[in-house]
Order: sequence, then structure tokens, then C-alpha cells
Amino acid sequence: MVKSDFGYNSKIEGEVIVTRADAVVNWVRSHSVWPMPMGLACCAIELMAAGGSRFDISRFGMEVMRFSPRQADCMIVSGTVTYKMAEVVRRIYDQMAEPKWVVAMGACASSGGMYRSYATLQGVDNIVPVDIYISGCPPRPEALLDGMMLLQEKIRQEGGSLKRTFRGRTVDTKIVS
Amino acid sequence: MDVLALTQKFPQTQNLAGQDMTTFAVNSSELADIVKYLRDEQGFDLLADLCGMDWKDRTPQFGVVIHLLSTKNREYVRLHAPCVDDTVPTISDIHPGANWHEREAYDMFGIKFIGHPDPRRILMWEAYPYHPLRKDFPLAGIEVPFPAADVAAVTGQTVEPAPMMGGPFVSSGGLMSGAEPQALDQSWNEEKPKS
Ligand code: SF4
Repeated sequence: MVKSDFGYNSKIEGEVIVTRADAVVNWVRSHSVWPMPMGLACCAIELMAAGGSRFDISRFGMEVMRFSPRQADCMIVSGTVTYKMAEVVRRIYDQMAEPKWVVAMGACASSGGMYRSYATLQGVDNIVPVDIYISGCPPRPEALLDGMMLLQEKIRQEGGSLKRTFRGRTVDTKIVS
Repeated sequence: MDVLALTQKFPQTQNLAGQDMTTFAVNSSELADIVKYLRDEQGFDLLADLCGMDWKDRTPQFGVVIHLLSTKNREYVRLHAPCVDDTVPTISDIHPGANWHEREAYDMFGIKFIGHPDPRRILMWEAYPYHPLRKDFPLAGIEVPFPAADVAAVTGQTVEPAPMMGGPFVSSGGLMSGAEPQALDQSWNEEKPKS
């Protein structure tokens, strides 16, 4: 939370907090990210490790993994996206409610990784807009946590509308609040 | 196993003197009978593998290799069956486990299995026009339409050839520590286009 987003001095304001709607909405959103684990290959194992007690993703307020896209707002694409699966990834993305974010976890999801072949989509950003790319093959759970915290940072800086660029086009999704 | 009994029953079968296991070249019209005979009479009750082959300049170009295991005698046998017009009879009614193997051989090599109960592709999507493990198919792929038309309409994506950048990346051999995988043709890369 950026300090200036909240004006609160208990001696002056009593129990009243002064803030902007955007700031408070973003603050709430950034601490209740509900990820959709799009586990497609080996990276998904590290994603699971990040959810376990040793790395414990719940320390940062994003542990509520939901396997239904309608209950999730952040798709973590962890693994190799084949052309056959790409269609499914896009459909699941379309089913998620706005506002939504996408994390490309690992080399495969970011760029196709070592799979330079006829079967593999060369980066999931070819079919969905990606907010955070995480390097590694696979990234360690710490790297995933770091990426997710960067995403929180990004959410906190968003304006009243979510402007996304996707393949050169700007998609403007107004927040209904 | 009883090699003599097999070659007497199926005289067209040829013993190839395999180095690691008994190997036969068999006539594909007899393939199903031989597999059934080996299962019922000689105890080869487990299908270990079934895969396609592409010989590139031989005729017939394609063939099927079958590995059978006898769990009683702890013994393997390998059968080579060349295709006739890119087809071989299915053995999925004898060994049900062959079902998916045959679908994979069809998907990757275009070998049709006559009598297969479910002759669909298994790895690539149904509308894919090529058979990617054939020797004349480039590893990077060939541009074709995206599997789902509606997703392609939103994203403008097609199935593109992967950027090879001088690849495929192969190890130069020797000790693993000194044999980093490298592109075969290093004269070009992202910055320097292929001349
Ligand atoms: S980046 Fe590496 S670990 Fe992750 S899915 Fe690809 S190959 Fe597996």
C-alpha cells in the first residue's frame, strides 16, 4: 500500500479513513488474487510446491486456487502450451470474469522454451494478454512468489479502468464498481 | 521360443538374426495371425510396444515394429511388418493395448490400420493435415490454420513454423559437461538473418 493512498490520523479523523475508490479497490484486489492453476507440464509441479507449507503462497494473499475459471481471476499458465491445448487455454481465459490477469510461468509458457517444434505454441502471449513473465525452467517457487508479488504491485497501480494491450490493440475494460 | 514352429507355420516369415532379441520380418497380411499364434501357442501375452517406421528411400517406405513379451518365459520377440499401400491390419482385437499405439502410428506416420475400431488421431488435432514424424516433415512445422476457428478469429493466430535459429540443437558428443547443446548452423541467429 502506497502511504499517500490513505489519509488516516486517529487523533484528527477518529474512525474515518479518507482514500480514493481506486486505491481501496486495488488494495482489496491485490490481496485476494484467486489463481486458476493452468498446469500443463513440469512447471505445474513447482506451482504445487509454491502452494505447499514450505513456500506457502498464502502468506501473500493468493492461495485460493480455483479449478473453475468462473471463480478465478488470475490464470497461472505453468507449462508447455501445445497448439492443441492453446484453444482450451483461450476458452478458459474467456470464461474468467473481469478483471483478470495472466502469469506466464516458465520458459515454455513465455516463449515456447526449448520446444521449437511443430506442436508447440511459441509463447502463450500469442493467444492471451500476459501480465507477468517468470523466467526459469522450471522457475523455483520463490520465483513464482516474486512474480505474484510483482503482479500485486501491478494491480495496485491500475487506474479505474483496465487498459490492456494485446497484439498492438488496446483493450479497455471498465471496472463496474 | 520355438522359432522352427513359427517359421514352419508361416513360411514367409524370415528370421533376421536380431542381436538383442529374436527378430522376424513378417508379411503384413499374416501379421494378425502371427501375433495371435504367438499369444496363444507360444505365450507372448503382453504387447510391449508398437510403433511406425519411415525408411525414406526404401519401398515400401513405411512399416510397423511390434515388440511382444512373454511374461512366462521372460522373453521378447520383435516383428517387422512392411506396409502395403501404407496400411497394415490392426492387432487391437488381439492385444487391446495396441489401440492407442496404432492411433499414434497413424497420427505420426499416416499408416492406416485396417479394422481399427477408432481410427482417429491421438496427439495432433483431427484437422491437422500432416504426419509430423515422417522424414520429409520439417521439425519446425508447416503453417496451417489454428485448430479452433473462433479462437483464431479473436487472436489472429495460425500454427506457425517454430523459429529454429540454426537449430535443431544437438549435443556435440563426449562428456556431458563439455557438450552443451548447440545449433547445427551457427551462421545465423535472431540478429543476423540467414543468408
Ligand atoms: S519451462 Fe521447463 S519446467 Fe517449465 S514446463 Fe517448460 S520444460 Fe517444463
